[in-house]
Amino acid sequence: MLKITDLQAAVDGKEILKGINLEVNPGEVHAIMGPNGSGKSTLASVLAGRDSYEITGGSVTFEGKDLLEFSPEVRAAEGIFLAFQYPVEIPGVTTINFLKTALNEIRKYRGEEPLDAAQFLKRMRERAKFVNIDDALLKRSLNEGFSGGEKKRNEIFQMAMLEPKLAMLDETDSGLDIDALRIVAEGVNKLRSPERAIIVVTHYQRLLDYIVPDFVHVLYKGRIVKSGPKELAFELEEKGYDWIKAEVEAATV
Amino acid sequence: MTNENLKDKLLTAFQANEANLNGVSKTALHQKRREAIQYFEKLGFPTTKHEEWKYSNVSPLTKEGFELNASTDFGYEDVKMLDIPKLKGNILYFVNGIYNAELSVIVSPAEQLTIYNWAEALKNKPELLDTYFAQYANYQNDAFTALNTAFAHDGVVIEVPDNTVVEEPVILRFITDARTANVAAQPRNLIVAGKNTEVKVAESYRTVGENAGFVNTVTEIVLGENANVQHYKIQNDGQKSHHIGTTQVNQADNSHFYSVTVTINGGFVRNNLNIVLNGQHCEAFMYGLYFPNGKQHVDNHTLVDHAKPNSYSNELYKGILKDKSTGVFNGKIFVRPDAQKTNAYQSCRNVVLSDDASMNTKPQLEIYADDVKCSHGTTTGKLNDEAIFYMRSRGIPLAEAQTLLMYAFCEDVISQIKIDPIRAYLEEMIAQKLAE
Repeated sequence: MLKITDLQAAVDGKEILKGINLEVNPGEVHAIMGPNGSGKSTLASVLAGRDSYEITGGSVTFEGKDLLEFSPEVRAAEGIFLAFQYPVEIPGVTTINFLKTALNEIRKYRGEEPLDAAQFLKRMRERAKFVNIDDALLKRSLNEGFSGGEKKRNEIFQMAMLEPKLAMLDETDSGLDIDALRIVAEGVNKLRSPERAIIVVTHYQRLLDYIVPDFVHVLYKGRIVKSGPKELAFELEEKGYDWIKAEVEAATV
Repeated sequence: MTNENLKDKLLTAFQANEANLNGVSKTALHQKRREAIQYFEKLGFPTTKHEEWKYSNVSPLTKEGFELNASTDFGYEDVKMLDIPKLKGNILYFVNGIYNAELSVIVSPAEQLTIYNWAEALKNKPELLDTYFAQYANYQNDAFTALNTAFAHDGVVIEVPDNTVVEEPVILRFITDARTANVAAQPRNLIVAGKNTEVKVAESYRTVGENAGFVNTVTEIVLGENANVQHYKIQNDGQKSHHIGTTQVNQADNSHFYSVTVTINGGFVRNNLNIVLNGQHCEAFMYGLYFPNGKQHVDNHTLVDHAKPNSYSNELYKGILKDKSTGVFNGKIFVRPDAQKTNAYQSCRNVVLSDDASMNTKPQLEIYADDVKCSHGTTTGKLNDEAIFYMRSRGIPLAEAQTLLMYAFCEDVISQIKIDPIRAYLEEMIAQKLAE
């Protein structure tokens, strides 16, 4: 589904990704872990199409198409979704209006009829239950004045509405207490399916107690330096990142 | 043509009008006109050396030729084109400054309010004009107000008697019919809301046709004790139109005034909104919205004069500027020595979408009392890139994302318009304009 080959990216001339290789198939859940500043969030942003990064090398294909050629909106329409680490507050645009516009733009791209008001409301009520999100919240301006937990739940709710093929969750656990974390993780788990792939970007292992990954990758200094099964996450939790850093430094000397 | 030509032409026209007055020239009202033309003659059109006109240059206006009494065949068919869906109420048409009775509809019962054009007011209620006309709008120092006062002979005169709630809104539609010639019009309006009254009045300015227009309008609004007046000014004029308008408001104790000014289009627009809080426990709210594009110029000058203690004023103006357009916001707040416990707030926020567009903002606070709360703030920036990326990442194309954000930016001003069909109509017009 997603094939990343030797991907390199820089911001303001500073190289952040230095050759990422990763393959993700439908139904798989991949966790990308790593210390702060290792490039985890950059990778998610680059895949979603944020233009503040310059792609300096490598390639990314999504279902055989060159993903890097697409604008962010086309990537979304092709089935890519990014749950933001810091969801943006947009005063004056309600969540409902925002999602209705987004959903119907995506449908338009795919040559499908727009959903009418009744169909949209039905889908909304149904999916809002996945993350316990209140109707009243959805009628308010997008993320404006939402608590940290509400913002993250709203991200997963948007994912439920847009039904992406590949969802990337960027530090979705940050700033959440344990109850909020559980609600968000349960929402994500309801969205797991054999057709859908998920990439979980996280610093800590605790989210992975709830969203159990198939693969764990460790990103350090812009490269994936270690990959393994879910047990690798426990090892990282126990020993921290220092041993990985030491391994890498030893290999490069 | 030179700068003096329009001025000379107007002075000559004044004399010609006077010659046709036959005896009316001795009335007190006409004496005011005569006084006003003398002030206009002395003041002349302002140049950019004038502090209040530093960023708004009227010299192109003064070089243009206008017909002062242009004929028009604007009629029913044309009205259809300008229809505002579902709008009900008292709807009055003024074409090139002259009241058109055939097109107008008055629905409110006479005991709720009286609506006159000037001819009717002079016949039925001359004392109203004698008492209020030109008592508030300053023609001694403002050339355009002087000019309007000198030429005042039509417009609307509205009186809401004490203890009355006017249910239906009053919609004044000022049409500039520039289909065949350059036209000038100088409507003069007076709104007197008595004690314990409530009324909504909307002024809409609209140009049809491609020729130049010069509309110089003055509206005086007098609020009695505990009056509640909502006043909207909506402008959708042509690229070659020049609009100079003054809304002059005088508030008595416990009165509430709400103003919303929305400029959709207009080549050159200057709006003066002057409010005197001449009573205690008054509230004044001023909202504005403007979207100049191309080479349009929109200038909003507001003046809030806190003359008595314990009143509140709050102001929010917002603009989106594109292309080579220019905007001006000048907000003056006076707090006189007497006006303790004043609360006065002002904010002007702008989005400038092009390097060639510019916005000049100038807050001016003159505070002579010591126990007051006043604040002001202005911001000028671009659309939030992070918000645009967020929307695009959800599948919303760039242009749509920008339009949605711009629209959202306007929402808190648009929502202040409490006549639903007008708000709905404006929402549509604004969406169209933003998508341009």
